[in-house]
Amino acid sequence: MADTLVRLGKVKGSSDSMRSLAGGRLGRKVRRNLSAHGFLIGAVICFAFFSWYPIAREIIMSFQKTQLGVTTWAGWKNYTRIFNDPTFWQAWRNTLEFTVLALIVGYAVPFFVAILLNELRHARGYLRILVYLPVMLPPASALLLFAYFYDPAYGLFNHVLQAVHLPTSQWVQSPDTTIPTTAMISVVIAATWMNMGGATLIYLAALQNIPGELYEAAELDGAGVFSRIRHVTIPQTRLILSMLLALQVVATMQMFVEAFILTNGGSGTTVISVVNLIYQYAFALSGASNYNSASALGVVLMLVLAVFSGGYLWLSRDRD
Amino acid sequence: MSRQLHRRAGCRQIAGVVAVAALGLAAAACSSSSSTSSSGGGHVTISVDCAPPASSPVQHKEWTEDVALFEKQNPSITIQSINTSPCEVPATFTARLRAGTEPNVFYTYFTDRSQVLDAGQAADITPQVTAKTVPALSDIDPSAMTAVTAGKTIYGLPTSNYTQGLIINRALFTQAHLNPDQPPTTWAAVAQDAKAITALGHGIYGYGDYSAGNNGGWHFSSEVDANGGQMVSSDGTTASFNSAPGTAVLQALHTMRFTDHSMSPTQQLAWGTLQKQMAAGKLGMYIAAPDDIYNVIVPQDGGHINDYGMGPLPSASGTPVGSLSGGNDYMFAKRDTPAQIQAGIKWLNFENLTPGVGQFNYARQKADGFPVGFPEPQLFTGATQVKNQQLLDKSATINTAYYSTFTAAHEKGMGEPKDAQAVYKTLDPVMLAVLTNPNANISKLLSSAASQVTQILANN
Repeated sequence: MADTLVRLGKVKGSSDSMRSLAGGRLGRKVRRNLSAHGFLIGAVICFAFFSWYPIAREIIMSFQKTQLGVTTWAGWKNYTRIFNDPTFWQAWRNTLEFTVLALIVGYAVPFFVAILLNELRHARGYLRILVYLPVMLPPASALLLFAYFYDPAYGLFNHVLQAVHLPTSQWVQSPDTTIPTTAMISVVIAATWMNMGGATLIYLAALQNIPGELYEAAELDGAGVFSRIRHVTIPQTRLILSMLLALQVVATMQMFVEAFILTNGGSGTTVISVVNLIYQYAFALSGASNYNSASALGVVLMLVLAVFSGGYLWLSRDRD
Repeated sequence: MSRQLHRRAGCRQIAGVVAVAALGLAAAACSSSSSTSSSGGGHVTISVDCAPPASSPVQHKEWTEDVALFEKQNPSITIQSINTSPCEVPATFTARLRAGTEPNVFYTYFTDRSQVLDAGQAADITPQVTAKTVPALSDIDPSAMTAVTAGKTIYGLPTSNYTQGLIINRALFTQAHLNPDQPPTTWAAVAQDAKAITALGHGIYGYGDYSAGNNGGWHFSSEVDANGGQMVSSDGTTASFNSAPGTAVLQALHTMRFTDHSMSPTQQLAWGTLQKQMAAGKLGMYIAAPDDIYNVIVPQDGGHINDYGMGPLPSASGTPVGSLSGGNDYMFAKRDTPAQIQAGIKWLNFENLTPGVGQFNYARQKADGFPVGFPEPQLFTGATQVKNQQLLDKSATINTAYYSTFTAAHEKGMGEPKDAQAVYKTLDPVMLAVLTNPNANISKLLSSAASQVTQILANN
């Protein structure tokens, strides 16, 4: 009350004493929360150095150019440049294609695997380990393994297809451009295999928190398996599902290592992603590497993800 | 009770302060940087990268010997060797340029010049590069000197250069009843020989080419040069590869891949893969510079030196009009003191630019069991070249006749196109499509890539 009055300037005569009173309260408040602030400062410093400063620096660099060691303002030139790069739109198309496919496959498969594991009465622990095992493999190793599986001449998949007299495929090297492309489906299969263990365990944890009485009640009402999933499992895990959906979209939009390893450096246009293109701008054009264009594309990607995340937060707050 | 609570609160505060202090210390530790070079009291230390690591024992031993000898001859100079293999990783190189943490004397590709200059990281060494400090200066190949010069300012010294040719697997040529002393010189002959080699079976393919890691575009450029075409117009504003020479190259590749089946279904290959296939005896021919044989196929991938030979780049006429040419050099960090620059030039002259010494000490290479006699680098002209060739011939251990058609072709080095890597990046998908799509429309692919490259050139 007192500090409000002082702030409004309504009690002029006693403002000094009011200020000291307010200062005293503030001081006490700060002292009371000193340890909390202390711990918070550590996190703030880390975020400031390793997240906020790089973000600010990236935005600044996206409006600059460096020539002969001199950095000058370039206006929107870096943005014009990336928008005029023919690979730009292809990279966005590929990224969105990957995101959608990864959602359809990579979102649904772990959920159903989790339901399956939850329903099992035997060997559940072993199967859980089996499902989680690929997550423990370094991504580069897992993808090199898939690169071998996909090899059109010597790969395991084509050998199996040949053995059962089915037509072989060029997998990640397939030249077709009709969405969904074989190349992108191949990338999604590898990515799903690599990452589904983590999502499965989270879903499983959520499923095990659903009270058994709900299923019993549903069974008494004559609900079948699919009906129980639809009317009990999905509503009860809605929060987890929506959170993982948001996380997965943000993660898949930043796809890099999958295309980089499966296509020998992220080359070609069939699976090149936005982050692959950022990498190419910044590092892979020996002699013409350009941090400023890479920063501009990074800012564009950040804005797209920020809009998506903002929309998600707004929608989820509205519903809850 | 309240005292206990107060004490606990006090403990929490202390813990908080300690945590912050610890973080501060950690941050301070992380931010501390070390200085690699210093000079004082007349003594100068220079860091030099691209020193061969211990995993390449012969090269490592020779480098170490050279450093010891050089330091003995120049007691006021200390060489701080930085072992790197490969000598340049573009991502690390670019990051180091941005951070200004490159060594005092640092390795670059010829194509890196504009990037290094734009980063403001190259020292002007013009006043220190004279006939006195580099006696072979006037005999250094002018195109190699151009790569380290901007206007009249010299920023580095070249240490190697190359043109490309057709590496052949002589063992497979013999098995396929082909004449390994006459490597094919036209695309039609390459296709014919590739077919014969592929007929050997056992997963052997006659011809291989790249289509990933910007290497597909890189090879296509060389093949277009040999066929008499041009990648970019002389004024550097438009793409010129959408032409008869470019189409002929892609048509030849497509025919070998899908009509003759003399190229593997495994494509999207980048540098390093074809060398392995060649060393394993699974590949008949591919395009490369000669150093692929003595730097990669034999020492790293375990190939046998006598199994390989080389002819000129395939072309329409059988005589290549030119070849993509490139190479590498050393530049000097902007922060270098004049004494460090002087010491660096002295070292480079000793190690890389003096016949009979350092990289040109063929007698020692022979004694160390390293194959000697390859036709490149051709870094010198004039009297220095004559002297170097004499030394090379004297110590040659390989059969130089295996390379005679390549040497006799005297391919003209055409350099690399403007914005080389961006151009190569755009052409990788073209090569990939030609090598993976049986119905590839070559004319459409070239036309689309040409408009993309023209756009890229306009952007830059």
